[in-house]
Amino acid sequence: MSEKVLLVDDETEFLESLSERMSMRGMNVSTADTPASAMRAVEAESYDAIVLDLQMPEMNGIDLLKFIREKHPEMQVILLTGHATLEKGVQAMKLGAMDFMEKPADIDVLTEKIKKAQARKLVLVEKMTEDKIREIMTTKGW
Amino acid sequence: MKVLTKLRRLIPEFWDTDPAAGPYKSLFNYRRIWRLAIVLLAVVALVPLIVMTFIDYNVTRTSLESENLLRAARTTSNTRRAVSYFLDERKSALEYVVLQEDVESLLDPQRLSRVLEALKQGFGGFVDLGLIDGQGRQVAYVGPYQLQGRDYSAQTWFTRAMDKGDFISGVFRGYRDVPHLIVAIKCPERIGGKQYVLRATLDTEQFNNILSSMDLSGGGDAFLVDVHGMLQTPSRWNGPVLSRTSLRIPEYSDSTQVMLARDESGREVIVGYAYITDTPFILLLVKPTAELMKPWQSIRIELLWMLVVSVAVILLVIMGVATYMVGKIYLADQTRARTLHHMEHTNRMASIGRLAAGVAHEINNPLAIINEKAGLVRDLFVYKKEYAEDERLLGIVDSIISSVERCGTITKRLLGFARHIDVRVENIRFADLVEEVLGFLHKEAEYRSITIDLDIEDALPEFQSDRGKLQQILLNLVNNAFQAMSDGGRLAIAAHRQGRNAIRFTVADNGCGIPEADRKRIFEPFFSTKKTRGGTGLGLSITYGLVQELNGEMSVESEVGRGTTFAITLPLHANIKGEQTHENSSR
Repeated sequence: MSEKVLLVDDETEFLESLSERMSMRGMNVSTADTPASAMRAVEAESYDAIVLDLQMPEMNGIDLLKFIREKHPEMQVILLTGHATLEKGVQAMKLGAMDFMEKPADIDVLTEKIKKAQARKLVLVEKMTEDKIREIMTTKGW
Repeated sequence: MKVLTKLRRLIPEFWDTDPAAGPYKSLFNYRRIWRLAIVLLAVVALVPLIVMTFIDYNVTRTSLESENLLRAARTTSNTRRAVSYFLDERKSALEYVVLQEDVESLLDPQRLSRVLEALKQGFGGFVDLGLIDGQGRQVAYVGPYQLQGRDYSAQTWFTRAMDKGDFISGVFRGYRDVPHLIVAIKCPERIGGKQYVLRATLDTEQFNNILSSMDLSGGGDAFLVDVHGMLQTPSRWNGPVLSRTSLRIPEYSDSTQVMLARDESGREVIVGYAYITDTPFILLLVKPTAELMKPWQSIRIELLWMLVVSVAVILLVIMGVATYMVGKIYLADQTRARTLHHMEHTNRMASIGRLAAGVAHEINNPLAIINEKAGLVRDLFVYKKEYAEDERLLGIVDSIISSVERCGTITKRLLGFARHIDVRVENIRFADLVEEVLGFLHKEAEYRSITIDLDIEDALPEFQSDRGKLQQILLNLVNNAFQAMSDGGRLAIAAHRQGRNAIRFTVADNGCGIPEADRKRIFEPFFSTKKTRGGTGLGLSITYGLVQELNGEMSVESEVGRGTTFAITLPLHANIKGEQTHENSSR
């Protein structure tokens, strides 16, 4: 089962190359080069993992992270940034990011993390479905 | 020895500072400031004191001198009056006799001797009495000598008395060989009568008594001389009667005078003199100046003592105050220099940190693009058969990717370095630290073929300290060593445990070494041997400051031409004041 990944970065050159390389590794990759288009994509489809740059024009990665965690907590976020500082990393993890990577990143490491993200999302979705069924059962009195 | 160490404690702290150390030499030459303050204060305080003392000295001396002169003049004047009176009295008595008595009655020896007796009783001092006729023959005589019939026509006194009517002679010995003087009065002329002169001899005893009864303290001397300088009365210091005095006979003056002279033994004396009118006598009053100035001596000694004591006290106080003030200035300068130094270091580090972080951030993004592009090329080679076999192409791409990785390591290190501007304590492995620092420098080392030997004890424990500051310390020392060495040098970094609670590491080079004279000063701010090559003179002093901030100790050993070894001892457990401790908070 191929992983469904959304890459968010304002550097389109970076975005194109990375998405092509990930596709070659059998992943289903979409890209967004602005926070707005990223938000639209998240609303439209469900992704296993979202690879997110921290520093972008218009809206920074932390705000986008908050938005995703609020609306779609099952989607796993991996931060990938050139402006790595310890404080930001810690902040991102506290906000629920799954992982934090510094540019330039090794593609194999990233692939590993995406695979982990997919597995985690599956577990989460299963648990959420279970919860939902239990909820329906209790409310309907089954 | 004990005294010596105590004395050394008195030397103020600023004494041994080297004025040539900094760029503002004159500002930091404390000894010069000290000297200047002392000289200025001493001049201002002592000059008026000395001038006043000098003026007082002179005024007192002058007034005492003039008082002495005045007193001498007064005594002389009084004595002159007494002598003058004595002679006038006797002259008047004789005048009375010649007026009262006829020449005929005086020719009668019995009558003459009665007159002499009356004179002796009434006035005293008369020895004999004689009547001399116009031809100089003594026609009547009463007295202890056989002088009847003597011819006095050739005697001065006789001719003078005949001419002038009266005459008082000087003291002389005459026929009788005893010092005496003569008072001669010409008898009033009778019509067609003969001329006679009444002559009386006075012994000099009474005369001498007048002078010797004067109260002349100490070395004072009073006597009479005639115009030729022959003593007319005995003198205490100037010889017997009728000998010549060594004193210069002063010019005639009708009033009492005082002059300064020297006596025969060369002493300075005050001489009061007066010519006694109508007599050949000159009264001389001699007093040694030294004796008169005796009160002045004691005043002078008192003044001198006062002056010496006040000058000593003033100088002592001035020295004390100057030392204290300059000491304060020195302390203030030291504190200011330390503060400035610290600020400079902090600012420097902060800007270096910001710069490093900025560069690292900006480079990371293009680096990521290169990484992905190269990665893509590699992927394409791997997935497409025609390129997969071309190992050369694959090798090129791999080398690009590994270069990017290296760049990434560098930017990460820069960020790591920048993070450590604030003091934070963490556990540190010395080997990691050396690796981080050498990461910055190994390119230069390679380029200049400098060999780096590491000797780090395997069992060296982790220790608590500030990573950033340690990085800076090590970086400064290694940089310093690089600058001291020519190409192909050898750098040795060693670290060992020292005692239970410290580690000691050394950075040794085989470069040019530091001369003994410079070695004491290399930790001083602004001291640099590389001034012409753009050294700020701050590197080692900042390093020294950092080591102190980490509660460490830093020392240096060096031999010119052989190399230099810096040794730093750090405690295993940091106890850095006023700083929060972040245990293992990064990496």
